[in-house]
Amino acid sequence: MAKVYGAVTIDSARCKGCNLCVVACPCKVLALQPKEVNDRGYHFAYAANPEACIGCAACATVCPDACFEVYRVVDRDN
Amino acid sequence: MKPEDIIRPENKVYSRPRLLTENYTHYCPGCSHGVVHRLVAEILDEMGVEEKTVGVAPVGCAVFAYNYIDVDWIEAAHGRAPAVATAASRLNPDNLVFTYQGDGDLAAIGTAETIHACNRGENITIIFINNAIYGMTGGQMAPTTLLGQKTATTPYGRRADLNGYPLVISPLLAQLAGTCYVTRQSVHTPASVRKTKAAIRKAFENTLAKKGTSVVEIVSTCNSGWKLSPEDSNKWMAEHMFEQYPLGDLKNE
Repeated sequence: MAKVYGAVTIDSARCKGCNLCVVACPCKVLALQPKEVNDRGYHFAYAANPEACIGCAACATVCPDACFEVYRVVDRDN
Repeated sequence: MKPEDIIRPENKVYSRPRLLTENYTHYCPGCSHGVVHRLVAEILDEMGVEEKTVGVAPVGCAVFAYNYIDVDWIEAAHGRAPAVATAASRLNPDNLVFTYQGDGDLAAIGTAETIHACNRGENITIIFINNAIYGMTGGQMAPTTLLGQKTATTPYGRRADLNGYPLVISPLLAQLAGTCYVTRQSVHTPASVRKTKAAIRKAFENTLAKKGTSVVEIVSTCNSGWKLSPEDSNKWMAEHMFEQYPLGDLKNE
């Protein structure tokens, strides 16, 4: 069966830490930084569990600040 | 597979729309405006019509929309966006003219302009962000505020005997002969965002086909005004707003 690999990059300077992507992610990849903040003082989102990503772009679909770039590879040989 | 093998240009499935400018938006974290701005930018890019698009910005939180979407904009006086859009559309009939208004702009001070523009069947798209509150001025009661909803000016909840009933504007507009497409959508889940994108695209296509006025109402959150977190706002909206403002197409001709 084909296996899907995904990855996201997050513009952490643009992120406002609204947590909507964390809620929308079906694979529990994302989380907000518990301590670190960006230049504007927001606890930005990061990929806490990047191996679980399937590149579904649910995070990018709900992000109000368009911080996400989503990448997906479908490995059909696996 | 390693991240550097996945993060390559040929594997990209989603990126920031080209028509969104690099400016940081002034919206609160989790505001629905950001999502709708992104959808409008994506759709205009996909349709390839940015050169002939004219947006009309309202007064309200979206007053700075012209800073964020890279098309031509006109800033209208409070509530007068449909009137300004009428002129823009009549002077250049081939342009894609759309207004982007909140509920304080469209359903309160601009009710007359909205209803008459729709009744004349002006060839414009109206994007109506309904978050049931005046967000920009500090969370006062709007005409669309739900009964019992607490705001800065109704601290014990909206009462029908004192404040009247919530104004449900889309069915009003749907009964007018000038409108061709009236729909109500939301942007609180990935699925609803995709539906909203399809609805806005259909409205823009109607405008380009000169079919009449298209109205896309988007039931939205105002987490600052509602005094909830973005996540809880979405839940509150699904529980309370959809009862008064059910989603779906009201008119599709």
